[in-house]
Amino acid sequence: MNIVVLVKQVPDTWSERKLSDADHTLDRASADAVLDEINERAVEEALLAKEAQGGEVTVVCMGPERANEAIRKALSMGADSAVHVSDEALHGSDAVQTARTLAAAIGTLESVDLVIAGNESTDGRAGAVPAMVAELLGWPQLTYARKLDTDGQSVSIERESDAGVATVEANLPALVSVTEKINEPRYPSFKGIMAAKKKPVSTLSVADVGLSADEVGLGSAPTQVVSSAPAPPKEAGVKVTDEGEGGVQIVEFLSGQKLV
Amino acid sequence: MAAPTTARPETPPASPFSLNEDQRAIQETAREFATERIAPHAVQWDQDKHFPVDVLREAGELGIGGVYIDERFGGSGLSRFDSALIFEALATGCPTISAYISIHNMVAWMIDAYGDDEQRQRWLPSLCSMERLGSYCLTEPEAGSDAGALQTRAVRDGDHYVVNGVKQFISGAGSSGVYVVMVRTGQEGPKGISTLVVDGDSEGISFGPEEHKMGWNAQPTRQVVFSDVRVPVANRLGEEGIGFRIAMAGLDGGRLSIGACSLGGAQAALDKSLDYVRERSAFGVKIGEFQTLQFKLADMATELEAARMLLWRAASALDAKASDATRLCAMAKRMATDNGFAVANEALQIHGGYGYLAEYGLEKIVRDLRVHQILEGTNEIMRLIISRGLLEQQS
Repeated sequence: MNIVVLVKQVPDTWSERKLSDADHTLDRASADAVLDEINERAVEEALLAKEAQGGEVTVVCMGPERANEAIRKALSMGADSAVHVSDEALHGSDAVQTARTLAAAIGTLESVDLVIAGNESTDGRAGAVPAMVAELLGWPQLTYARKLDTDGQSVSIERESDAGVATVEANLPALVSVTEKINEPRYPSFKGIMAAKKKPVSTLSVADVGLSADEVGLGSAPTQVVSSAPAPPKEAGVKVTDEGEGGVQIVEFLSGQKLV
Repeated sequence: MAAPTTARPETPPASPFSLNEDQRAIQETAREFATERIAPHAVQWDQDKHFPVDVLREAGELGIGGVYIDERFGGSGLSRFDSALIFEALATGCPTISAYISIHNMVAWMIDAYGDDEQRQRWLPSLCSMERLGSYCLTEPEAGSDAGALQTRAVRDGDHYVVNGVKQFISGAGSSGVYVVMVRTGQEGPKGISTLVVDGDSEGISFGPEEHKMGWNAQPTRQVVFSDVRVPVANRLGEEGIGFRIAMAGLDGGRLSIGACSLGGAQAALDKSLDYVRERSAFGVKIGEFQTLQFKLADMATELEAARMLLWRAASALDAKASDATRLCAMAKRMATDNGFAVANEALQIHGGYGYLAEYGLEKIVRDLRVHQILEGTNEIMRLIISRGLLEQQS
């Protein structure tokens, strides 16, 4: 079966992340860029399915030239090839435009059976792109998967939400988004690292995927970021002085926060 | 569903002072494995004298068991230079584990370099995956630096050798499945030595009690005792009498690896110190504000970088089979292990009383790195090798 994994390069969660003052887009120069961790899990799940069913894993990524490092990581884990949509015109694209671009890029590939994505990125955190891509492709969407099974004809997942766990099934082709509970991703092997640079990566422009430059990017984005501000510094928490009632007070606090 | 392919830019040539994209990726992967799978347990393994065979198997999946072994036999096919990056990175998690893995690699390399295809096929795949572990048996109770004087005898009996003798300070002994053993098959001196590969479950092989050591507690060190062990002649690597040459050939790489392990351990100690001086306050300021500590840290970083550059130079020379590789490897081993120990010891001092506590992991690094100045040829032997080369040039 042919599996596409959507991957994104994001600023390292551990580094300080900033938005640029001019247009409120991500200041990519200010932080180390890495393959989003949730995407490593998506790649792992695709590799497991490939190992069980045979087929190929193709990574699809939208991002600036530098995102080839994230692609390389996915290839070194064992993905077979990659499509990198890279175009100046994409700068500032919102979730809808990103989904259109990714869906169009998937459209350039033949006979895709399954698309796997992370449920949300650690930077934008809109959590909307996988569902939008499925909608644009006209495929079933199975989101928030903590477990995935496929026999090559259909796919079944355990979908976990605040409301509980549901088992959801669909015929292929379909799109699945995974949560961080899905698996523990493998480390790339040294052989995988050396093999990665020999694997085919096709770099496509917006025109190559059949879109025009004025459909994407900051200027025509359906949603606009009007303003942004740095997160306020952390404030000191509530202090409870134990005068014999400390335990009760803590439980009251926690239940007030709906944590117990 | 192959997508159209476009050419990708070639990796630029490696500068002696920087790493290319592949090397950075390899280093990063080894570092990640060390940080996530080794470092969190290193102090506990040291305290419990626990040899984490399960974690070694996991490392095997990355290709760490046969870093510079032929890919046809399950190896990763990388260079000695790459292996220096890998062993340094692993040693940031635990120098002892990294050092054991480097010894295991040397065992596999001896089979790869001197074995025939049948022998390579028989032993290398399971060594590369670390399904079976390897031990290297050269040193004897009465033969350390003077390895050419070893006494373990192998007497030919039909299609077998009958091996008798004792090997000393053997890393991994008792846990390993494959032992590369230097034995005397002929005359006294270096020319009478041959190399046998002995399976760990051979009849007549036994192991001494675990040595109580200052450091290197996360790997077992024991005697290996051979009593009438019958080893097929087919297990001999190369011709009779080339054993000492194999041993010497292994040492250059072994010295690089041990040097790299010292760099990694010392780097971890320096990194811990940088964190500590930013957090710890005394006399109303963070102790990192004191110039005495700033200067100390500057010297530590400089000493480490200097040793690293020399080690990289030696590794490149070994990969290029340069005629001065042996001397450069000796220089690099001497400097990396001396500087590494000194840096780790300074790091302990910076941590004050906490550095002396096991919990902080500093005293463990100091204890682990101390033995690197002794093994793979003592640092005095290194000076002997270096000065011999110098004096010969003058004459």
